[in-house]
Amino acid sequence: MTAELPLNDIAPGTWRPNRSRSQTIQLIVKIICGAFAAISILTTIGIIGTLIFEALSFFGDLPGELSKDGQDVSYIQGVIHFLTAGRWTPLFASKQFGIFVLISATLMITFISILVALPLGLLAAICLSEYASPKLRRILKPVLEILAGVPTVVYGYFALLTVTPFLQLFLPPVEGFNALSAGIVLGIMITPMIASLSEDAIYSVPQSLRDGSYALGSTKRETVWSVVLPAALSGIVSSLILAMSRAIGETMIVTLAAGANPTLGFNPFVPVMTMTAYIVQVTKGDAPHGTIAYETLYAVGMVLFLITLALNIFSFWFVRRFRQKYD
Amino acid sequence: MQDTRPQTMTDVALKAEKISVYYGSNLAVKDVFLDIPRNQIVAFIGPSGCGKSTVLRCFNRMNDLIPIARVDGNISFNGEDIKRFDPVELRRRVGMVFQKPNPFPKSIYENIAFGARINGYQGDMDELVERSLKGAALWDEVKDKLKDSGLGLSGGQQQRLCIARAIAIEPEVILMDEPCSALDPISTLKVEELMHDLKSQYTIVIVTHNMQQASRVSDRTAFFNAQATEAGGKMGYLVEYDETQVIFSNPREEYTRDYVSGRFG
Repeated sequence: MTAELPLNDIAPGTWRPNRSRSQTIQLIVKIICGAFAAISILTTIGIIGTLIFEALSFFGDLPGELSKDGQDVSYIQGVIHFLTAGRWTPLFASKQFGIFVLISATLMITFISILVALPLGLLAAICLSEYASPKLRRILKPVLEILAGVPTVVYGYFALLTVTPFLQLFLPPVEGFNALSAGIVLGIMITPMIASLSEDAIYSVPQSLRDGSYALGSTKRETVWSVVLPAALSGIVSSLILAMSRAIGETMIVTLAAGANPTLGFNPFVPVMTMTAYIVQVTKGDAPHGTIAYETLYAVGMVLFLITLALNIFSFWFVRRFRQKYD
Repeated sequence: MQDTRPQTMTDVALKAEKISVYYGSNLAVKDVFLDIPRNQIVAFIGPSGCGKSTVLRCFNRMNDLIPIARVDGNISFNGEDIKRFDPVELRRRVGMVFQKPNPFPKSIYENIAFGARINGYQGDMDELVERSLKGAALWDEVKDKLKDSGLGLSGGQQQRLCIARAIAIEPEVILMDEPCSALDPISTLKVEELMHDLKSQYTIVIVTHNMQQASRVSDRTAFFNAQATEAGGKMGYLVEYDETQVIFSNPREEYTRDYVSGRFG
């Protein structure tokens, strides 16, 4: 019976797979892919390692800098000074290293930008996914995403030369450099990000949920606000966190429009200095390698990194905790 | 031929006259005449693509939500043209349970309370939730975890949650679009028993692929069939509508006889 199977009619030698060659190629591909993956991982480890190393040497040198007035300062006191001092003057003769001065400026500007971007972005997303016709959506969504491609230096000049003079028309206390204008424009910059990612989240809520809501006699508004948005919550929150990370790390707009004056407090009308703007200032200046001013770069960079890392971990946790699985 | 249609208007909950449904320029269902008597269970059976679900969705104007869909003909609800209703009001009075359980990503309690709240329910919400869940034979299984997500329930429980959600807003008619097709036989049996209990208070229209189910639960059965159109699509039409017992034992049409005896479909 087996002799009748057509396979057996084929002359021996027609099929000669080169197994050992396939295995060699497989191995080479594996090594190449592994090497490229390793490069990106090693680069990350290298950057973080440098940050940690230089930040540690900053904290090592900090007590020495602070005890120039005579009294002895321990490492712990140095760290406490770093976290609680009310002034940030590493480039002055009398050096103070209160990082919270820079953090407060960064947080204030980020907060203003979210205040602008969250309503704008979320409403744009709702409008696009729930109210716009498919044709309008096809046109508007790419336009929105193009907005995300505007160079940040353009936004920076827009803030400095257009938004600030405009604000000064009806808010006289606003100074030439200020946090408000930088925050508003930063908000405009991250709006497309929130809108686009939230729109994806809202659009992917299954139609069956909307149908279920309509079938209970709910209006479109009730369906959108009470069923669709809660179902898309994890996606919306993760878009918000991603936009926040972007705002915290954004450099050009705040350097151009917010000024370079490290002041503690949350007054949005006066010039402030964010962590990123400080890094720009020191990098552009000539802080010699090995000085405490040079080392502050890494301390500030480390803090910046930790804040965005915390945000990303929160976002990761939140999405996993609240994501709904629909099939 | 004996006229088995209900004799007086007041007995008819829903009346379809010459209903045709188009998707774009495609005629999906043609010229359906149908009376749904009050407090009875009517089953729609027929092969896939014959328009049973499409006709069902006409009764609570769910087809309005599909931009390319168009419904011709007249449907009256309690003798009044449904086009004159606000669709939101109509859907409160003509509830729907879908093929796939679709609980909201909210707690079990909120799944029930949502519909009541948006319809301005003023009474005791806890009592309504309990009554609805009891009505859907789900109360005993979930009474200790009302705060848990509705998505954590099994498929059969989810579907009964959706039925509870539908009866919570006290509709007059419940439309069920293949409510058991995603359920195992035991859950199916529970839903069928539930339909029997609900019959005294509600008018039920159920679409089903399961002929045994139709013969078990329904008082009247409508058999739909599909025919190929010139455009290459399918067009559904109503073949026969009669008492369930007649459809399954002594139908007038040969198509019906072949379908219910399992010879095609």
